[in-house]
Amino acid sequence: MPGRVGPLAVIGLLVTVGAGLAQSAVSAPLGTERARSFLTRVGFAPSTVEVERMAPLTQPQAVEQVLREAVTRAATSPPGWIDQKLLTARELRALGEAERMAEQRERVRQGFELRGWWLREMVATPSPLTERMTLFWHNHFVSAQPKVRYAQPMFRQNVLLREYALGSFGDLLHAVARDPAMLLYLDGVQNRRGQPNENFAREVMELFTVGPGRYTEADVKEAARAFTGWSLDPERFGFAFRRGLHDEGEKTVLGRTGLLTGGDVLDLLLAQPSTAEFITAKLWREFVSPQPDAARLDSVAAAFRNSGYDIRTALRLLLNQPELVAPQPEQWLVKSPVELLVGLVRQSGGRLEQPIGAALAAAQMGQNLFAAPSVRGWPGGEAWINTQTLLARRQFIERALHRPGLTVSDVPAINAEAGAEQVRRRLEVAVERAVRVDGAGWLTAAAALAPERPASAEDLQRLAASLGAVPAVGLPPAGSLSLDALRSLLLDPAYQLK
Amino acid sequence: MRRRHFVTAAGTSLAAYALPAWAQQQASAGTRLLILLELRGGNDGLNTVVPTDGRYHDLRPRLALRDDAVVAFERGLLLHRELAPLQALWREGQMAVLHGVGYPQPDLSHFRSIAIWDTASASSEVLQEGWLTRTAGASPAFRKLAADGVVVGASDLGPLDGGARAVAVNDPSRFAQQAQFAPSQQIAARGALAHLLRVEADIVQAGARIRPAQRFATEFPRVPFGQAVAHAAGVAATRQTAVIRLTLPGFDTHTAQLPRQAALLGQLAQAVVALRAALTEAGVWQDTLLLTYSEFGRRPQENGSQGTDHGTAGVHFAFGPGVRGGQYGAWPDLNRLDRDGNPGFAIDFRSIYAAVLEGWWQIDSRRVLGRAIAPLPFLRA
Repeated sequence: MPGRVGPLAVIGLLVTVGAGLAQSAVSAPLGTERARSFLTRVGFAPSTVEVERMAPLTQPQAVEQVLREAVTRAATSPPGWIDQKLLTARELRALGEAERMAEQRERVRQGFELRGWWLREMVATPSPLTERMTLFWHNHFVSAQPKVRYAQPMFRQNVLLREYALGSFGDLLHAVARDPAMLLYLDGVQNRRGQPNENFAREVMELFTVGPGRYTEADVKEAARAFTGWSLDPERFGFAFRRGLHDEGEKTVLGRTGLLTGGDVLDLLLAQPSTAEFITAKLWREFVSPQPDAARLDSVAAAFRNSGYDIRTALRLLLNQPELVAPQPEQWLVKSPVELLVGLVRQSGGRLEQPIGAALAAAQMGQNLFAAPSVRGWPGGEAWINTQTLLARRQFIERALHRPGLTVSDVPAINAEAGAEQVRRRLEVAVERAVRVDGAGWLTAAAALAPERPASAEDLQRLAASLGAVPAVGLPPAGSLSLDALRSLLLDPAYQLK
Repeated sequence: MRRRHFVTAAGTSLAAYALPAWAQQQASAGTRLLILLELRGGNDGLNTVVPTDGRYHDLRPRLALRDDAVVAFERGLLLHRELAPLQALWREGQMAVLHGVGYPQPDLSHFRSIAIWDTASASSEVLQEGWLTRTAGASPAFRKLAADGVVVGASDLGPLDGGARAVAVNDPSRFAQQAQFAPSQQIAARGALAHLLRVEADIVQAGARIRPAQRFATEFPRVPFGQAVAHAAGVAATRQTAVIRLTLPGFDTHTAQLPRQAALLGQLAQAVVALRAALTEAGVWQDTLLLTYSEFGRRPQENGSQGTDHGTAGVHFAFGPGVRGGQYGAWPDLNRLDRDGNPGFAIDFRSIYAAVLEGWWQIDSRRVLGRAIAPLPFLRA
């Protein structure tokens, strides 16, 4: 592929852009601490086994490894209803009251299962980077089930995002623009010649490619005309171009005039340098630090663009930044609710007891998968933490540690027949039992500590370091019981950061 | 401005909740309350307060509200039928209709425009602090309260962002319960950790004092927004905050506007009625001002999906005994639309803020808004 930046060139590039890395630092093995930081940054909080596997590698080697291990398909079997034929608008209108309510309950139930499925994939995946990138694109090319209504197109969009997650951004953009969930979410299906609907045209510029301030209202209007006719086949529930609805006239978008189609507009957007800058800056804030370093960022953006928008190329440069292995305090990032939840399970060898409950717990913490609050997605960073969500995070951790010895059969299934109040109570129980962490087992296996015994100051330091790279704000006092110390350290603000 | 810290003011403590109402009034700072009702997504003003201009029907062949869909609050003042419950407030002179609220060089992006409203910036400026954060900084009275502001039903702080002592809660009682933990040591920290430590401290300090104690006879609508309104009323009754913001989402009606907006306006009207009843019970209604706001109005010309696209100026409302009932501003001129098909504004939203600052809280508005703006005279002296 033209312009691809390979591993050796990365080292040269990093030295050239003044990342401050000496040749020797780049080629030193990570060691335990830096490996743990790296894995948390590129994936989810790692288990001891994962850390030990990475520790002997250098950072460039570790980056190659996680890039190589990326996959394009989920391993977890999808829910049984994904191929279910969806009702057309006419069939929906023909339903009686009771049938309509049953249909709605079923859709809601499927939505829960979908969220649970994705969380299970995140917990089980051998490639956390794949899921982090899928989450990234999920938060970039936003579609939300409350508007799309059906879980099936949301599932298919998720499959699409994962397939392209580390591939070509150009291909991803073109594919998402035709994705049924996106067509519904941003009213593409409503956009027709003579009656344009600008929603998609605006957001594809402002949020998906060039970014705010890089286009005019006239561009939005004209681009909307170019996307007319992009519609859905109601039988297949797939993309269908309706020539009869397409505005074939001359249009001017971003200075180019012609008989532009939707695809032409997307290519025009890709041709803008600000697209590479916008996407790269978002990736920087996801993986490297809250405030991009301008010089380094420009260099990565240029490489991304010159590679033909190869996402791996951008990632290779970003994941080799020093912030991933030894971040300064200003460079610490906030774990998203899903990262916190999945990380706790993976790191502790715990269990996702109630995937649906876990999805609800994540929603309580501010991240309702498949239902971002707006097309802007979740702002992330410090915005994850406010008085309400911080309490929800604490509550999630307390519950995860608190209830030993439950079996899955304790929780009744949520089925279509349950009444509203019953469903609510079952969901409450599911949330409480969402994640089970065996603190005692964790201490024994990972830190060689006896849970009910007092821990020495050295033991506590060791335990704190094993939980994450960010130093605890308040170390429990020497002599604390190990299990109490574990709880205290997990509730420490540092555990929310990476 | 640097982050303000929660401190325990002398005389305000949990014990205050056991005092009778008159003593509670003494114990509180006596700061009047502003309740913001955010109509999130951009409420279509033209189908809220309906123009009598014939152009309205030309521009909206399908969306224009017919006679059976509107209620006349007085001659020439037609409101969406779902707002009929507000007539009592109108007749009592406790409701102001603010026509054509917007700002120069309007931005049609949700996130830019709401940032402009929340920070009271000019259209091309990007400010970090919410206007109510700057307000709190300019007011010694706010410091005596448990929190500068409480946000219910949304997780962003909006006008309280950027350093105000503000808490975002879904359920204030549950919040108060969960807030009882020992916060971390306040070490010197930067970036994300500093933010975390501040939020922790905010939780612990505010949680105990913003504990709603009032039981209301008023019934609140049994929908999520109704519950948020109930929580807001509970917080208002504690008199421990100067601002409460409630968010009603769903106004971005690009499609199927008629049923969607009707449902939302119905919820809005019920919320205002419930708040008035509850706050009257609690004895705080006379010190309360309700104000709606939204990132923009919507385009007069309907689109092809029975909806409307992003627009500019829109109508807003103010409610409360402190309001000088009546109409302000001017109807949008549907014969003079800009290149995007949107009307100009008649009221700069910052003049509403100026009135709240000067007239409601006796704060120098120029300090907060960064410029001299004549207050819109919609409040009683």
